[in-house]
Amino acid sequence: MAHTQERAAEHAHETLAQRALRPRDDNCGDVMVVGGGISGIQAALDLANTGFKVYLVEKTPTIGGKMSQLDKTFPTNDCSMCIESPKFIECDRQPNIEIMTYTEVAAVEGSAGNFKVTLNKKPRYIDEDKCTGCTVCVEYCPVKIPDPFNQNLSLNKAVHIYFSQAVPLVTYIDDSCLYLKDKTCSICQGVCENDAINFNQTPEKVEVKVGAIVLSPGYETFDPRVRGDYGYGTYQNVVTSMDFERLLCATGPHEGHILRPSDKKHPHKIAWIHCVGSRQVTPGGNSYCSAVCCSYTQKQVILAKDHVPDLQAKIFHNDIRSYGKDFERFYQRAEKLPGVEFIRSYVSIGREMPDSKNVTIRYSTPDQGVKEEEFELVVLSVGLNPPADAREFSRIFGVELGPQGFCKTNPVNPIETSRPGIFISGAFQGPRDIPESVVSASAAGALSGHLLRSRRGRLTQERIYPEEKNVTEEEAKVGVFVCRCGANIGRVVDVPALVEYSRTLGNVVHAEESLFACATNTAQAISNTIRDKGLNRVVVAACTPRTHEPLFRDTLREAGINQYFFDMANIREHCSWVHSKEQADATKKAKDIVRMSVARASMLEPLSEFSLPVNKAALVVGGGVAGMISALTLAEQGFQTYLVEKASDLGGMARRMHYTLEGLDVQAYLNDLKKRAYRHQLVRVITDATITDVEGYVGNFVTTVKSKRGVQQIKHGAAIIATGAEEYKPSEYLYGQDPRVMTQLELEEGIVKRDERLLNSQSLVMIQCVGCRQEDRNYCSRICCSGAMKNALKLKSVNKEMDIYVLFRDMRTYGFSEDYYREASSRDVKFIRFEPHDKPLVEAVEEGGRRFLRVTVTDPVLGKKLAIDADSVALSAAVVPSRGSEDTARLFKVPLSPDGFFQEAHVKLRPVDFAAEGVYLCGTAQYPKHLSETISQAYGAAGRALTLLSHDTVVASGSVCEVDESICVSCGACISSCTYGAIGFHDTPRGKKAVINPVLCKGDGLCNAKCPTGAVYLKHYTDEEVFGQIDAALAG
Amino acid sequence: MNMVVATEFKPTIVGFLCNWCCYGGADLCGVSRFQYPPYLRVIRLMCSGRVDLSFIFRAFAKGADGVFIGGCHLNDCHYDPEGNYDALGNTLMAKRILEHVGVNPERLRLEWISAGEGVRFADTMIEFSAKVKSLGPLGTSEDTAVADLASRLDAATQLVPYIKLVERERLRVPVRTEEGYRNFFGSEEFTELFNGLILDKLVMSRIMGFLRKQPVPAVEIAGSLDLDPSEVARHLHELTEHGLIKFDAGEHLVAAV
Repeated sequence: MAHTQERAAEHAHETLAQRALRPRDDNCGDVMVVGGGISGIQAALDLANTGFKVYLVEKTPTIGGKMSQLDKTFPTNDCSMCIESPKFIECDRQPNIEIMTYTEVAAVEGSAGNFKVTLNKKPRYIDEDKCTGCTVCVEYCPVKIPDPFNQNLSLNKAVHIYFSQAVPLVTYIDDSCLYLKDKTCSICQGVCENDAINFNQTPEKVEVKVGAIVLSPGYETFDPRVRGDYGYGTYQNVVTSMDFERLLCATGPHEGHILRPSDKKHPHKIAWIHCVGSRQVTPGGNSYCSAVCCSYTQKQVILAKDHVPDLQAKIFHNDIRSYGKDFERFYQRAEKLPGVEFIRSYVSIGREMPDSKNVTIRYSTPDQGVKEEEFELVVLSVGLNPPADAREFSRIFGVELGPQGFCKTNPVNPIETSRPGIFISGAFQGPRDIPESVVSASAAGALSGHLLRSRRGRLTQERIYPEEKNVTEEEAKVGVFVCRCGANIGRVVDVPALVEYSRTLGNVVHAEESLFACATNTAQAISNTIRDKGLNRVVVAACTPRTHEPLFRDTLREAGINQYFFDMANIREHCSWVHSKEQADATKKAKDIVRMSVARASMLEPLSEFSLPVNKAALVVGGGVAGMISALTLAEQGFQTYLVEKASDLGGMARRMHYTLEGLDVQAYLNDLKKRAYRHQLVRVITDATITDVEGYVGNFVTTVKSKRGVQQIKHGAAIIATGAEEYKPSEYLYGQDPRVMTQLELEEGIVKRDERLLNSQSLVMIQCVGCRQEDRNYCSRICCSGAMKNALKLKSVNKEMDIYVLFRDMRTYGFSEDYYREASSRDVKFIRFEPHDKPLVEAVEEGGRRFLRVTVTDPVLGKKLAIDADSVALSAAVVPSRGSEDTARLFKVPLSPDGFFQEAHVKLRPVDFAAEGVYLCGTAQYPKHLSETISQAYGAAGRALTLLSHDTVVASGSVCEVDESICVSCGACISSCTYGAIGFHDTPRGKKAVINPVLCKGDGLCNAKCPTGAVYLKHYTDEEVFGQIDAALAG
Repeated sequence: MNMVVATEFKPTIVGFLCNWCCYGGADLCGVSRFQYPPYLRVIRLMCSGRVDLSFIFRAFAKGADGVFIGGCHLNDCHYDPEGNYDALGNTLMAKRILEHVGVNPERLRLEWISAGEGVRFADTMIEFSAKVKSLGPLGTSEDTAVADLASRLDAATQLVPYIKLVERERLRVPVRTEEGYRNFFGSEEFTELFNGLILDKLVMSRIMGFLRKQPVPAVEIAGSLDLDPSEVARHLHELTEHGLIKFDAGEHLVAAV
């Protein structure tokens, strides 16, 4: 214990020293980000990385927001905390971000470029600079209170740390403290060795000057108590989906065991109820769709099934809205699980059984009628509400709210609020998922950057690391840190045995385990241990280096040793997650993996990185709305941009759109945008263009473009792929054979051109999901349901007598579009659901001198065939990847998803980046999306490109090739293998020898494999290092 | 009661995965929780083209029951020089050599798996694991002791620098497509070149390796190395000519270098 405290104290000392290095806090910054959830964090990081000083203000005691409470994220089931917490650390270590937690904004004065913000810092009763996070006070505190982080499902103390990865990692004291109530206890003060407890703290007013404000206050979950009819709060075994997230989580109330509240037993029969608080016009409910609940429910079902294999699950739903990238497959995955049943039915909660405390649900099915069934646990899939204090918030910031109580935004710029200089990101715009929140954060970063472009870099400073210790003369001293990753690793791999085993390996002088190696405190503890134990090599046995290596390398730098003395043993993605049923074998494999890693680590050499210049120009591929906006955003901040379009004019798909559901005049907007793009001095538009070659790498690309102007080579530092998508040409339903059958885009055109035949139709049938949600195109095209509503309402406004039928599978009018679905329904548009195996039939018929299209469909309510005689049929045709995507992907060396859309670097947290550095993505090239979503993403991609272009240099890896001249035989094999031109001959006293230009070397190591004598070697992946791993792999 | 329980054979497969595609596919496979047998031991390299012939031989020499190489799909390599073509050439060459040193070439497998193909990674692992399991521990399907295989593989490893030179000079693949590679390595022309350029050297390398360990009477060599006596005689002649081997006082052959 004493030792821990000592170390903790030392850490506190360092933090203070580190603080001193930060810019002098004269309460003056560039941007204030209000709300420290994932969106706020991303906005702060992007801004800080583009040369702005940021205040990140959060009202709770830590940053993290709702995402930190989630167990996993859909549709990949990535561990939520695992992917979010590295961002906490990044914020904490970023010298240009000042994190202010437990702080609220009281007043905002001034205007864009010059705001004065008054903050109210609530008393934590803890001196943040003194608290080491040792939690001795928590141990001694006698007062137990429901833990807000765990949705009050477990108890915590009146003094506690909000959650174990919190940033800042210090305690706070809740109002329930006995001293605060009546001064009857001050045990914590007695036990704190650092005198960090300070009951004299009072609310503190702080004034801060900033140029721009980003609002990211997030959302609240719907409280089912508001409507008394769900039994929440009265029946113990009715929980909300957020409660259930905590129950699933290894850091939750029962360490990841799903135990129901009444008797703390495993439930084996669980019901989920969809749309709780959403799509309801009855008092207390929200009229809109909350957009995320369908997918998160499926996630919970999959995870619960994983926890309790014999689980019986029933999911009562309305439409299944799997409209996002890979959501459709995710739904199929949940639906196919044994014992899982999705039932389309309205439900009501019946009663609580007096003995078992089970809860009954009444529902109805077409075959069996109304039923009442008992469940051991009921989960309410609650929707998303505006932040609880949205009204007060809007008053303080002087921004207007929309009719749903979320922030009112500009339809052509969803990042702008009604007050200039104040931007918005995340779910305060309206219900949305994590990637959309992240995208809008980068977009808000880009727009703030535009406003403050003249002051970029004025207040910021570089990060300073301790001097690197020279350990080359020392023997290898390896430290092994094994991560439990909550239960992700710990539940499968025997972690204590693995730690024990690690200690027996050669060169290992220290081994320990942690719950989350990536938590802020653990990363700091690793850094301290490296110093305390004099470690010179580090192995972290945890997850994949592809996401977490940068974080741990940084930890080594913090500890003053070379960052290349690090190796990651991937015992999660490559072990516990893929061998979850074979615990003994998985443990053996984990031991092998660690042994290989230790062998490798022992041989690693220190390497130094170097800087490459960044060409400040950008190339944008695709001149649609997405491409034009991202190009203009970059140009307006002073960066030369080349906008390459394959057609002869800018505009892309938007040229065929005339109005949006919200009533925007698309053509007027588009023409204005085109004019701006063509006219901007720094936007060079190249139409009729084909890209024939792309060479180079981040910061230094050379792209060859062929156009009517001839062939030109463009040098640029960043590239944005915005190549859009296309409308599927149907082969179904007589399309192409009968002119009365058209696509939705053609219908829109007909409406705008006032096509008489069309507008005088007595009856018009729309068929949804044409060409998608089927085997060969297993995704939802996202935009067609709202698109159909848009055209149906337009037709009704032109000819209200027209009978309009919409034949659909699930109406996916997610978010605020739901209101238009309701409106269409109230204006007598008829909706008929069909099953995929029983699609409608369209026939051209001539009867009684009248020619029409007969559409036959099975009505599921009536259970019989229905024939509709229509004058026109509109097909909601799929959105398909644009032709040429494959070429673009190949040229830029970026991947496509199985559906043919471009594949981003990380579905959740890097939604507009590619894994290949310096290349970004936006618009429908990524996945079908609405115009406003495209606009938001285009700003986001530009924002991400700015994090690169605003720097003069980019750091290149130290893992490059080198030549041992003494054994080079001048055969030239290496030279011919390297198409980067990184290798050449140079004259030496002993003749010509190969020499490598490290700036051009990309570290693929092909030359190493070609060199007959081993003279050329790839650093960090040398033959000896690989042999060491091979030998260790087979030494078990 | 004493009961002999036949322990299940659990192979060890060494996998060389490129960082950008196959390693990412393996990660996605994990994220998606697709299950596969726990036999693979992964070594992450930046490019499948970094896999050296000697890595493959080393793995088998140390007793790997299978070796897996995973790269990006052809023409999708993250790197401009398209190292996955090198991986393809190396694998086809390695298979040929493995065949001659007596390791079942089916123990070596190359696959293209993108970072988006988590399912395919699992499927490939399930399939390859089953294949290796059916072949049994290294040496069983070969009907040769692992130590013997190891010494032959060492001989092959000794030859790798030479193979690299020969490949560059004489064994260039004319067409850069998967089909082109497979046709070339399957052609009679290649077999002829392989036999002439590499196979003889491989046998000589084995004889040298054998003689380096201990002096042996000439007549015992063919039997010990399981080679044709007339072939051995031809090689011994050449090796003596080059002064690489000589007779010691006891009329045993020894390696001179």
